[in-house]
Amino acid sequence: MRLRPARNHPGFWAFAAHRVSGVALALFLPVHFLLLGTALDGAAGLDSALALTENPLVKIAEWGLVVLLTAHLMAGLRVLVLEFLPWRDSMKRLIALGAAVAAVVGVIFLVQVG
Amino acid sequence: MAVTGTERPAETMSETGTLSVEVWRGRDDGRFQSFTVPHRANQTVLDIVTWIQRHAEPALAYRFACRVGVCGSCAMTVNGKPRWTCRTHVGKVAVDGHLRIEPLRNLPRLKDLAVDMTPFFEKWQAAEGRFHPTKTRRDPLSTISPSSPKRQAADAGIECINCGVCHAACDVVAWNDDYLGPAALNRAWTLVNDERDGGKRTVLDAVSQGGGCHSCHSHGSCVEHCPVGLNPTRGIAGLKRMTLVGLLSGDAG
Repeated sequence: MRLRPARNHPGFWAFAAHRVSGVALALFLPVHFLLLGTALDGAAGLDSALALTENPLVKIAEWGLVVLLTAHLMAGLRVLVLEFLPWRDSMKRLIALGAAVAAVVGVIFLVQVG
Repeated sequence: MAVTGTERPAETMSETGTLSVEVWRGRDDGRFQSFTVPHRANQTVLDIVTWIQRHAEPALAYRFACRVGVCGSCAMTVNGKPRWTCRTHVGKVAVDGHLRIEPLRNLPRLKDLAVDMTPFFEKWQAAEGRFHPTKTRRDPLSTISPSSPKRQAADAGIECINCGVCHAACDVVAWNDDYLGPAALNRAWTLVNDERDGGKRTVLDAVSQGGGCHSCHSHGSCVEHCPVGLNPTRGIAGLKRMTLVGLLSGDAG
């Protein structure tokens, strides 16, 4: 029988957010390059591709992208702080701060777009 | 009312109901066996296991020695979390009068609640987690200032009791068979900060191999669960920095 690991603490959630956002962003990257690639054949191709972003579903996906990027950035900063700066006992507060920054950026995007 | 001297509150010794306890029996293909155990005030999880062995199931296998949190023998999984059972009060971990006691995670099971600690100590050795002397008994004692930053870094990790709780809590130990684990790396960190140790280079070489400190994902589960409040993640981060500095300065092989 396999034992379930005890993982419910901020450090693990920071790792999970970093990994999930990283994989999701890696999956998005080819789409991003494809979109940019349409500009090679002139402005019209890129413009028609960009017109897709007016679709509400694509807007929601864009919001997800912005939140994922911020979460990934914050979790990456956590690793750098943890590994390269002297240890600080407020590490969990930093994780909460990173999550808050990602949430705030998400709200700003919603307000700007909406 | 304040309790003084040998006087103890009457309820300390009286039974305060019963607990339903599920205990893992067998090896990998085992099952849970249920017991009803009298609940007493100030009872530890190890008390529960001992009660079961003495009164209900004499064949129950488990490991303990000192009963006071020094020897590191009695760690088990209690309601899903790795804990030192001798210093874990039932009142703090039982959920609605229920306990589920299993062997430690990430180590081969022997029987019931006892695991084979051999891989744990082999990794300790693979991390060069032993003192490398530089002097003989005829040399004078080294003078180490307790307030020096290096000694303080070593002191912060030195109280490990080898209980295996961090090893059981760690995800990377579960994912990567070669990973040395938080306890072994914590020991390595105390050694590279020990000015009397002559094997700093050997230790850094050992912990920078595949499965060494760079495999740590910094989840911090070891810190969350360490019963004596050590911070292996901090030491592992220190080893990562030290091996990187060694690489950049051409000091590491």
